[in-house]
Amino acid sequence: MGVGGEAPGFFTSRLSDSIAWARKWSLFPYPFVTACCGMEYMSVASAHYDLDRFGAAWPRFTPRQADMLLVVGTISHKMAPILRRVYEQMCDPKWVVAFGVCTCTGGFYDNYSTVQGIDRIIPVDCYIPGCPPRPETVLDAIMKLQSKIQKQRHGLTGMVESPLRDRSGTIA
Amino acid sequence: MIDASVQPAPPETTTEQLPASGLTTRSMLLNVGPSHPAMHGVIRIITELDGEKVVSADVEIGYLHRAFEKECEVVGWGQAFPYTDRLNYVSPLMNNVTYAMGVEKLLGIHPTERCDYIRVITCEISRITDHLTCVAASAMELGAMTAFIYLMKAREYLYQLVEELTGARLTVSYVRVGGLKADLPSGWLERLNQELDKVLKVIDEVDVLLTRNRIFIDRVKDVGCISKETAWSLGFTGPVLRSTGMARDMRKDEPYLVYDRFDFDVPIGAVGDNYDRYLVRMEEMRQSARIIRQAIEQIPGGAVQVDMSGRPLTGAQMVDAAKMGMTADLLLRTVRVDPTLEGTDRESARRVNAQARNVVLPPKEETYGNIESLMNHFMLIMEGEGIKPPPGEIYIATEAANGELGFYMVSDGSGNAYRVRCRPPCFYLMQGLDKMIIGGMIADIVATFGTINMIAGELDR
Amino acid sequence: MNEAADHPIVARLKDSFGDRIVESHSHRGDTTAVVDAARYHDAVRFLRDDPQCSFDFLTDIAGVDRLKLKRKPRFEIVLHLYSRRHNVRFRLKTRPANDQDPVIDSIVDLYPAANWPEREIFDMFGVRFERHPNLQRILMYEEFVGHPLRKDYPVNKRQPRIKEREIPDDRPGMLF
Repeated sequence: MGVGGEAPGFFTSRLSDSIAWARKWSLFPYPFVTACCGMEYMSVASAHYDLDRFGAAWPRFTPRQADMLLVVGTISHKMAPILRRVYEQMCDPKWVVAFGVCTCTGGFYDNYSTVQGIDRIIPVDCYIPGCPPRPETVLDAIMKLQSKIQKQRHGLTGMVESPLRDRSGTIA
Repeated sequence: MIDASVQPAPPETTTEQLPASGLTTRSMLLNVGPSHPAMHGVIRIITELDGEKVVSADVEIGYLHRAFEKECEVVGWGQAFPYTDRLNYVSPLMNNVTYAMGVEKLLGIHPTERCDYIRVITCEISRITDHLTCVAASAMELGAMTAFIYLMKAREYLYQLVEELTGARLTVSYVRVGGLKADLPSGWLERLNQELDKVLKVIDEVDVLLTRNRIFIDRVKDVGCISKETAWSLGFTGPVLRSTGMARDMRKDEPYLVYDRFDFDVPIGAVGDNYDRYLVRMEEMRQSARIIRQAIEQIPGGAVQVDMSGRPLTGAQMVDAAKMGMTADLLLRTVRVDPTLEGTDRESARRVNAQARNVVLPPKEETYGNIESLMNHFMLIMEGEGIKPPPGEIYIATEAANGELGFYMVSDGSGNAYRVRCRPPCFYLMQGLDKMIIGGMIADIVATFGTINMIAGELDR
Repeated sequence: MNEAADHPIVARLKDSFGDRIVESHSHRGDTTAVVDAARYHDAVRFLRDDPQCSFDFLTDIAGVDRLKLKRKPRFEIVLHLYSRRHNVRFRLKTRPANDQDPVIDSIVDLYPAANWPEREIFDMFGVRFERHPNLQRILMYEEFVGHPLRKDYPVNKRQPRIKEREIPDDRPGMLF
């Protein structure tokens, strides 16, 4: 029920909507902070631009307890295996937000040490450009992520059908 | 006294036999980081633990290496400013100013006095934001979340001012070789005065929360001590060195810009523990505010009185006229600049930039108004051209928020830098980190690391 | 650039080391002396211990690759020193003799602050420091091949550590 090619019925889609509503309003971010965007993340999480209104205030600093991986700041090749391992340690359902242009495409660091976008390492759900993005941009991105979560199909078994995975469930 | 030349022992496990039960214990290897909340940014500390006590430690860096020095060789002298912003990203204006001063030293030019005052004001604002972030983050990691939220609020006041001035909150690229991007917007200095009052009020509130707080003092007093001699021999500079008792501040010893005209004190610690570093930073913020107020009073050149009684035109009209070739009387007219570009008009630009045509971009009225300035603009921007300092090498250093930020620059006469080496203050601080945490407990690593204010952008460049 | 033989520090160095001080110059207020690689360690010790010099603070060590300047020897180690007593700065340079395998003495025994900068020069340029306690890469990872700040290393030659994903082109559009 819910996963695979089945057509949604009335009750399954209502169930999916309510589970999605619950999930999108209680995101547990894991802020994988490396660089300057971390300062804007701190501003977003603080009182002025408040991340708490999305229910996403409390960062879970262990991937086992988090469901939103916020990759904040440049990822270098030295750091890439660690990012991959943290992503694999997170349980489903999980979403990845690429915060800042260094995580989207590598930014203006086109050199030997920078990964040109974290989607070369892990699948990404939401890209936030900006160097660093204004806090309002981040809030807008969280809202877009929420609407994405709402449109995904959630089931009682807990599996989320993500367009980035193929039908067998392996990560693309 | 710790002997600075002794390296920590390689992590062999030490085994100990407990007499009563006959059980043996072994020390444990614990990896702190690189993805760890307390390792601001990304640092890996490999510790060998005997119970909770740290027996030896090894620090591994380089997780944020972004090839700043190699990029400087590729992009050209003027285009390196965005890269310098992202070095110490909590005080970006100071990196901009130091880099610009370095290129100006190579060229042998000096911008106007008003430009120096504005640079001092922006440097001190950056120093305050850096110390606010450091105290906030280290307090949060010790559990004082309220201090974090209050200090972030104070930082927002300053970010809004910086955004009015430069256009960006964090990565500003405000300074140019030979001057600044733009002069101050009207009324900015009065607003700065008011915001400083608010920021100082927040600092006083956090002072009341933390400075005599029993829990805070127990966590940071006599933790992470380092002696004056060890710190000096390891290359420490900045608040960490001053907290050990050594009175070394480049703004006093080797004054640059216009710091010799201001009256300010340099706080010195006694013991070199985390508590001293916290107190030194709190006091330095107050002294920075003092410097800013004096600079606001002393800054030369009042508001630019632009005579709009003639035939003013807007920027868009000027550009359209120039593109159609109707430039005959453009230089005679005054351009009404859009509020977001306030300070970039011709009179303001002249007040804050050196009169050096081979270095400073001409103001837009002249670029659109006459062909010589257009060619001048072209030669400064196009690849292969640009600012060309004569061949030579210099070292420039300023007192950044973390210590002595230096740039060693080698020019070969072309538009690209031959070699730019950044001397990051926290590189040397991190070198000494293991000496500060050995002998303490794991929880003390968090406290010590927070007060050193390691910024990975600067450390790994 | 001009010869700075009458600068007091350079004069002291020339008194002790004679023609081992290969060149000196003064540019925009900075004074520099270049010492022969064989006497580098002694010269640094002299600058630290001599009472008229007493450079007790090592500000920075940098490396320069002079390949594009077409000068020999290829690598240059640049030392910036500061004396607290006299409040002066000084730059001492030296050039390892062998371009293919540049080796120079380490000064960690004189200045403990030299530990990490020398590791970084080894990492970025490949210059080895004799008697350094722990000469390993510091900014790059161990699997990295080459020395990135050398002039013949291209700026965007990447060496990924883990296999990169294939980014599918046929992803469905954004679900807004």
